[in-house]
Amino acid sequence: MQESFSIPRTLLKGLALYFVIVLLFALPLPNFGKVSAYNSLFPGRPRLPFGENPAEAYNFSLFNLDAMFASHEVADGTKPADEFRVLVIGDSSVWGTLLKPEETLAAQLNAAAPTYCGKPARFYNLGYPTISAAKDLMLIDYAARYQPDQILWLTSLEALPLDKQLDTPLVANNAETVDALIEKYDLPLDRNDASLVRPDFWDRTLLGQRRNLADLIRLQLYGVQWSATGIDQIYPPYPAPQTDFADGDDQFHDLRPPLDESALAYDILAAGMNHSPAPILLVNEPIMISDGVNSHIRYNFFYPRWAYDAYRAQLAARAESQSWNYLDVWNLLPKSEFTNSAIHLTPAGETILAQTILAALQPECP
Amino acid sequence: MTLPLIAIFGALTLLAAFFSDRIRGLFLFTLSILAVYALQPALPIRYLDFWLPTAALALALIFWISLHRGAEWHSADNLLSAAWMGLIILTLALTRFLPSAPSPLTPSMPPRPELVFAATLAVALLAALTGRVRFGWVHAVGLAALIVLLAVLKSPEASLWMARTLRLANGQSAETASSFDIRWLGISYIIFRFIHTLRERQMGSAPEVSLREYVTYIFFYPALTAGPIDRLERFVKDIRSSWKPAHEDWIVVVQRIGLGLFKKFVLADSLALMALSANNTDKVQSPGWAWILLYAYTLQIFLDFSGYTDIAIGMARMVGIRLPENFNAPYLRPNVTQFWNNWHMTLTQWFRAYFFNPLTRALRTRQFPIWSVILITQFLTMTLIGAWHGLTANFLFWGLWHGLGLFVHNRWSDATRARVSEWATTPLRQNLLNASGLFFTFHYAALGWVWFVLPTPALAVDFFARLVGM
Repeated sequence: MQESFSIPRTLLKGLALYFVIVLLFALPLPNFGKVSAYNSLFPGRPRLPFGENPAEAYNFSLFNLDAMFASHEVADGTKPADEFRVLVIGDSSVWGTLLKPEETLAAQLNAAAPTYCGKPARFYNLGYPTISAAKDLMLIDYAARYQPDQILWLTSLEALPLDKQLDTPLVANNAETVDALIEKYDLPLDRNDASLVRPDFWDRTLLGQRRNLADLIRLQLYGVQWSATGIDQIYPPYPAPQTDFADGDDQFHDLRPPLDESALAYDILAAGMNHSPAPILLVNEPIMISDGVNSHIRYNFFYPRWAYDAYRAQLAARAESQSWNYLDVWNLLPKSEFTNSAIHLTPAGETILAQTILAALQPECP
Repeated sequence: MTLPLIAIFGALTLLAAFFSDRIRGLFLFTLSILAVYALQPALPIRYLDFWLPTAALALALIFWISLHRGAEWHSADNLLSAAWMGLIILTLALTRFLPSAPSPLTPSMPPRPELVFAATLAVALLAALTGRVRFGWVHAVGLAALIVLLAVLKSPEASLWMARTLRLANGQSAETASSFDIRWLGISYIIFRFIHTLRERQMGSAPEVSLREYVTYIFFYPALTAGPIDRLERFVKDIRSSWKPAHEDWIVVVQRIGLGLFKKFVLADSLALMALSANNTDKVQSPGWAWILLYAYTLQIFLDFSGYTDIAIGMARMVGIRLPENFNAPYLRPNVTQFWNNWHMTLTQWFRAYFFNPLTRALRTRQFPIWSVILITQFLTMTLIGAWHGLTANFLFWGLWHGLGLFVHNRWSDATRARVSEWATTPLRQNLLNASGLFFTFHYAALGWVWFVLPTPALAVDFFARLVGM
């Protein structure tokens, strides 16, 4: 006997099924971010996904750490036995703003082809274009699973103010990971900080997650154009960094001389340095030293001289007292080797920095 | 059409499905008029996005009058329909006084109502005059004007000139004028429907239709933006039939709209992120990836276009209109001729009826050799189809590419038919023949899209070189 077809009943069944699927999504499920077409259908990306113009750069920003790392070449299979793996952590100067993938610090270090402990070294660019020690610690902690033999951590004073640690979008949108870091390293960060995005039940349903899911799919789809063209960033014309400053412009965030150490995230830096999965060479990255109006007050857009000088002294003292492997190259480069910001380097600047780091890098072999 | 607009028009159409026949007819008439305004994109030339839909409606009124053989055009029913059209247009103009103006019914702020009223009166006067002149003249002048209008709108240079002129006339700066200033929603389809009705009237085969039926046919909102191009006779047959959707109709509705949404908004929009474009053509690093981008575009354009068609067919079915199919697995055809019999079918049928067949008849009566008749008709028809997409070199090359394909296939088929029949005597050989034909046809169509998608022939030639690793 043929069953009769009822429109209301069919609609009701369809709606019921739809809502079950939407709600089931809120249950803890395997993280879809780990499923990636990179390193299988497409080659892994040489730097983490980041960008604001995906239609031209074939790259864009998302906050799913699993998906970000799964798209990176560091996640390509298991670590070869004959590889000395070095992870390079830092801000946009490490990621390579305005630099092609082959011009970044990691690429220049690879081009030098050094050998450590009898193995050829391979440097992985895990920089990400926001300046925050908490963000760096999050990436170091996540990257431990890729079995690094050595880590290069490039940092600067701008990464340290405590009041900005949780503002970075990548950090703010990974509240559970931040919670775990606070717990694990006893960090001086507030779990109830309003910056942290904490999804409620409805945000975790299929409807609430639709943007994140779309981002995951888009990341895979842009893999085709990235693989076909090798492009992961656009290079628009840019203005030179600011070199002239107003009279009396000696502000650094809300701080006043003398530089208050408790307002800076040295504890986060220490957590990374002291609990790292591999030895770390901490590098105080090069900054542009301007020679324009009032350059006796400020080094550059980021730093008044009083704050930066005090920071260098504090960091050097901590490194010495805690036996950190530390390299200070703050004044390594002339002004001409900076592009659009006081920390973004030209390809030639990256080459000089790579040579300097290689000269200082002396990994301990087991 | 965007997803929210599809949802709104879909919901309104669903509502119409449950109306009585008379109310549904009036509802579709009203909705089709509103859609002409609501779907029109906003334009930088002041008020142009209101005047263009109004002009399209005015043309519909004038051409409709010219379709009549007698004086029955001014029946009470038709006069009421005309008054209703005018009232809708004036009401839309009055929305400029709403606190939240512009309303979603118009793309931007409408012009002042007194101007709209004056224009409506002028059109009514012109329509009344049309009723008094010999319709043969209206048809001849109308057809010529429509072709010129289409040519102007499809030519970047002419559109730019028109944009500059309109900007200056409007007191706006002509410096920032662009050919994109004049984007007239659905005008290619609207003009082809106009031409269809005028030609059918000239040939004496146009049915007598009311103003309400004619306007609904020309501007039927599911098919306004991307076709299909229905025939007036078939359309009015549906709209005059008593309609009560059966369960089978609802199954078709759900299947076609669901499939269309999936094809357009999931598959085609995803493929768009990896498809060949003017942006990436010169950056492709290897032939393998170049082919992948080309395949992605080949599938994207089909899924995008046929997805919209599925949505249009499904939406129309709710109210008893059985729009014609536009695609029938075109990439699975064994030769270029069959590809064109199954790709954008209503467009090719239109060209066949109003250009290809008359031209073929004319050339044959002049005793041209058969091969030259085929050469001329195929090349000219396909070049015109290319020009219909845009009067630019890339579309003309695309048309010529397919004209060449159709001509060569015709000659090859004639020359080898006997030998192929002798050879393909087993199912295996027949399948082999079909498979190789399908492979060749798919790739011929795919390579043709290079001309279509890239804005200049030089870029297309460069991409062809990349495809073969040069």
